[in-house]
Amino acid sequence: MNAGTTATERTGAVGPHGSAQPDGLLMRDVTMLLGDGEDTVRALDGVHLTVAAGEFAAVVGPSGSGKSSLLAVAGGLAVPASGTVTVAGRPMTAASRRARTALRRDLVGFVFQSGNLLPALTAVDQLRLPARFGSSGAVRRDPMELLAEVGMAGKADRRPHQLSGGERQRVGIARALVTGPRLLLVDEPTAALDQARSHDIVQMLARETRRHGVATVMVTHDTEVLRYCDSVYEMMDGALRGV
Amino acid sequence: MFLAVRELRFARARFALMGAVIALIAVLMVLLSGLSQGLVRDGVSGLQELPVTSFAFSRGVARDAAFTRSVIGLDTVGSWSRQPGVTEAAAFGSALINARSSSGVEIDLALFGVEPQSFLAPEVATGSPLGAPDGIVVSSTAADAGLRVGDTVTVDRLGTRLTVVGVLAGQHTFGHVDVAYLPLAAWQATHAGTGPGEPVPDRARQEITAVAVRGTGVDLAAGDAAAGTESMTLPESYGASPGYTAETSTLTLIQVFLYLICALVAGAFFTVWTIQRKHELAVLRALGAPTGYLLRDGLAQALVLLLAAAAVGIGAGVGLGSLIGSGVPFALDPQAVAVAAALLVGLGLAGAAVAVARIAAVDPATALGGNR
Repeated sequence: MNAGTTATERTGAVGPHGSAQPDGLLMRDVTMLLGDGEDTVRALDGVHLTVAAGEFAAVVGPSGSGKSSLLAVAGGLAVPASGTVTVAGRPMTAASRRARTALRRDLVGFVFQSGNLLPALTAVDQLRLPARFGSSGAVRRDPMELLAEVGMAGKADRRPHQLSGGERQRVGIARALVTGPRLLLVDEPTAALDQARSHDIVQMLARETRRHGVATVMVTHDTEVLRYCDSVYEMMDGALRGV
Repeated sequence: MFLAVRELRFARARFALMGAVIALIAVLMVLLSGLSQGLVRDGVSGLQELPVTSFAFSRGVARDAAFTRSVIGLDTVGSWSRQPGVTEAAAFGSALINARSSSGVEIDLALFGVEPQSFLAPEVATGSPLGAPDGIVVSSTAADAGLRVGDTVTVDRLGTRLTVVGVLAGQHTFGHVDVAYLPLAAWQATHAGTGPGEPVPDRARQEITAVAVRGTGVDLAAGDAAAGTESMTLPESYGASPGYTAETSTLTLIQVFLYLICALVAGAFFTVWTIQRKHELAVLRALGAPTGYLLRDGLAQALVLLLAAAAVGIGAGVGLGSLIGSGVPFALDPQAVAVAAALLVGLGLAGAAVAVARIAAVDPATALGGNR
């Protein structure tokens, strides 16, 4: 249990819209180790975090503090050494690799740095692709509607290299929402954007979080955009505490 | 295929370059296949056209030179005729000669001595069938070289004069030399080195090269034991054609290397391609793409590329092959080309599969952070 646990429980266990929601993210006493032997590092050290549906939470902290590890474990990309993670009441930690992939498809949306769009696909195809991943990944929202929602309907046929950094990020947000996720994990969305665009993107994330009732965790270095978040946490040497 | 097709379109210059390499390999493969088939036809088409299932040569003869070195007694024909399963057995003689026609054409001939009444006597396309004591029936390729019905052919050194009485349909060659059928008696005289007017030794009248056998379910070992011979099936006898084994082995070796090169080239390309896409693959896996989906997509991409490149290469190879003149032994067999194309695509796909398998090892967590 780290020093941030109490703060996390205090600020995170109960979302801004009322009591803890089973639809959101629950991380309990999560520890993640990286490396072997004497080089072992505690990337996550007894982390507790609760983000309710419709809550927009931000995690700040210096590079190497464990922010990416937090997203990886929350999204089922990595398995913690101990602790539990549930998304919408479904356990992410106990599941097999294949089951975690299916859970990601059904429950989790990722927004990456710079959008991380696939260069060969047009904006609308970026949103159509997840429907091809299997029956459980069927598109639950109309790609064109979502593109319109993020102001990209007019550029649906453009490929990533034909879009600006902000536009790529908008398409990335739409892609993350197209399968109707219960948890949205956002990794440094403003890393490659200027200040104005950074505010646009984070405001959009806050808006979409509420509109779609999704629990959102955003990792960022940009303290200027924290005003749009419902809750803010600080990560330091693998430990999480409320700010 | 959703992603595969779009990537093929998007990175078309890279895939076109790779496809061009595969297509060039396919062109080479078609040309080699044609050359291989052409050499086979040039080497053993005379044997392939014979209605026999096996030959019985003299015991202990060198298997790669049996048609030129074997000498057995005429009486072995009777022994083979009595073997169970043998429908017909007949005397067969073979010899290679140099000759000159009355019209001045210098030509090498493979003389096939057969009894005109036996099942070995060939059907002619033009002229008369085998029968006249000094009459020969020649391959159509000899006619292409300038021999005509009615021409007289003089055997070098012996001075024996033979008359062209008929021409066969199609190519009949043996050891890259045109076949000329002649009556067994005339063959025996020539084989014995007897010139015009000279008596043929009695011993030569009893000698033949082999017994040609036709039948089903013939016990060759039993027949050999009874007749004191050494048998080869018809396909085995191809190896006794001069140069046949060396030529086919060389070309087969080159073709095998081509297939290996195709597999390696495809493997190398898709390895680089997969490594280049490592971050995209991590993103896809983070988004929930099953490994199976990504593997199928990658293999489908490789298959589309290989099939398209092979089709273009085979088309170009067939086109180039049609431009090859009659001086080069070249024959395209659709079945051989189809098998070669299937091997090319199959081995290329195997090479690509080894590379694409790396997808399974991509860590989706690397999609996070500034990893690229």
